[in-house]
Amino acid sequence: MTVVVNRAAMAVLTLAGVAIVVFVLLRVVPGDPVAMMISPGASPADIAALRAHYGLDAPLLLQFWIWLKGAVHGDFGISISLHLDVMEVLLNRLPATMELAVLALALAIVLGLTVAVIGTLLRGRAAEAVIDGLNGIFLAIPDFIWALALVLIFAVALPVLPLTGRIDPALAVGFATHFYLAESLLTGRFTVAANILSHMAMPTLALSLPLAAVIVRLLKAALKEAMLQDYVLLARIKGFSDLRLVLQEALRNAVGPTLALTGVQFTFLIGGTVIVERIFAYPGIGNLAIDAVINRDFPLIQGLVMMFGLIFILINLAVDMIVAALNPRLRHG
Amino acid sequence: MVEVSATRRQGSDTQATRPTTHRPPSIAARLLADRKVVVAGCFLLLLIVAALGAPLIAPHDPLDQNLMLATLPPVGFADAEPGYLLGTDDLGRDVLSRLIFGTRVSLTVAFIAAGLAALLGSWLGLLAGFFGEGIDSLISRLVDVWMAFPPVLLSILLVAVLGTGLHSVIAAIVVIDWTRFCRVVRTETMAQARMDYVVAARALGFSRFAVLFREILPNVMPVLIALITLEMGIAVVVEAILSFVGLSVSSDTPTWGGMIAEGRQSIHQAWWVLAAPLLALFATVVAFNQLGDGLARSLDPVLRR
Repeated sequence: MTVVVNRAAMAVLTLAGVAIVVFVLLRVVPGDPVAMMISPGASPADIAALRAHYGLDAPLLLQFWIWLKGAVHGDFGISISLHLDVMEVLLNRLPATMELAVLALALAIVLGLTVAVIGTLLRGRAAEAVIDGLNGIFLAIPDFIWALALVLIFAVALPVLPLTGRIDPALAVGFATHFYLAESLLTGRFTVAANILSHMAMPTLALSLPLAAVIVRLLKAALKEAMLQDYVLLARIKGFSDLRLVLQEALRNAVGPTLALTGVQFTFLIGGTVIVERIFAYPGIGNLAIDAVINRDFPLIQGLVMMFGLIFILINLAVDMIVAALNPRLRHG
Repeated sequence: MVEVSATRRQGSDTQATRPTTHRPPSIAARLLADRKVVVAGCFLLLLIVAALGAPLIAPHDPLDQNLMLATLPPVGFADAEPGYLLGTDDLGRDVLSRLIFGTRVSLTVAFIAAGLAALLGSWLGLLAGFFGEGIDSLISRLVDVWMAFPPVLLSILLVAVLGTGLHSVIAAIVVIDWTRFCRVVRTETMAQARMDYVVAARALGFSRFAVLFREILPNVMPVLIALITLEMGIAVVVEAILSFVGLSVSSDTPTWGGMIAEGRQSIHQAWWVLAAPLLALFATVVAFNQLGDGLARSLDPVLRR
């Protein structure tokens, strides 16, 4: 229990550190965000008024204090480029990214688990070397390259999947929440869900393949190791089939270490949504982040970085707790 | 000090030349026997030649626009022009020439960014690993906090702060990825610092810095070289991503990432504008990776055993 409390305290401190770094970093930017908003004929008085309107004329420390006070209450100010409440924009966009990231994580686990088990069953054969060699290449290829390769395959060579967006605009009506996929599945609107899934297919696959490769490497090594243990040998003497040995005996003991690293890798996957959402014009917070940077939208960038920071910290915390729960030696720590 | 390292080297040599055992092949021979390393190395050499000799090799000026010759497909497809091997983009610029000139930005970033990140990270890693205690916990804590920051977001944030351009791209990569070097070099230095030869050198009265740089550093070097090679592959991708988003060099310098962005826009008119730089990027990343893995296998004494 103390472990969890310590971790939580560290998480809050890290988040505070991130807030300070981002705030200071953005205040030394040479470009003036106001300069990008004004029309060419604006007078110096107009500019000063605009700066005052966004609180950019106050001293740095005061600006930070005002921002921090708001941030604690979920108020990140008004986006300069979108003229909307930052928190509202983030909450509207976050579900799209969450659905994408969770779907990609699930796909990566299924793919990684399947290939790792098949590779373990084929251990020592030529096919295993092929799997290892291919996986070595898959480990090197980032989601950016996958996403564009998928564009060439499924939008150009074999145009079966929609290239951009999250859903056909004609179908994007009557939603009570921004969790389009979850909501359409729960309300039984399966044609709508299928349409959303077809839009998500390419970005999901691009995000999941690098993570799947990591899972294959870690889990396959752990499985092969576990297959040499005495208890597996005992089960083999009892006449269990190879597949049953892998799935029932080895997997249970091999999954722990893989899980811990999958958590870290999941944060990389979420980082990858930034560029992958961009490529597919998918309306999540990743795509929003690039627009925010290009537009030098300070309040939005701050809100986004805090949101990403919070997500990463929560994932790490969750992984720590799951690993501790699975490990009897740490459970009573 | 010279004697110490000489004995060490001799030590492994005598073991190797004992009449009953075969002398293990030299590192060069081992590398040349590794087919993946040879293929990857040749490809990367070709890239370096292309980058250095771009004006001589490229069949056209990479910036020459010719709307009469826009969106020509690569040779082998209908309506192709033989002078334009990989076709042209929607402004009629030669894709092959742009690809060749694009290697310049990619390799510049790869070498400088990976080199600087290695310099910064391994310097701190050596200090943390060798001196331990206060210095170690300070540097390790810094690494932990640093790595808590999402890399993609940090790189975009940094480039936005520093302004666009090659120097910002390089700075972003160095600022983010020095931690990779720091962590590995720290662990490696800690392991080396416990070895007998280090204790011997200290006993002979060499200063701590002499031991660190003349004894430990050469032994950490193999791991470092492999790591730098892997980092180059990462740097090439990061540059491509930032060019793709429009945050790298200005758009009148041909880059693979810039070409990919243009190709993504004209995907339904000219798929080859995207396919060509994407394949180049893919091959480069895989080559750096295979070379790095191969180097790690051949150079790392732990893996070699």
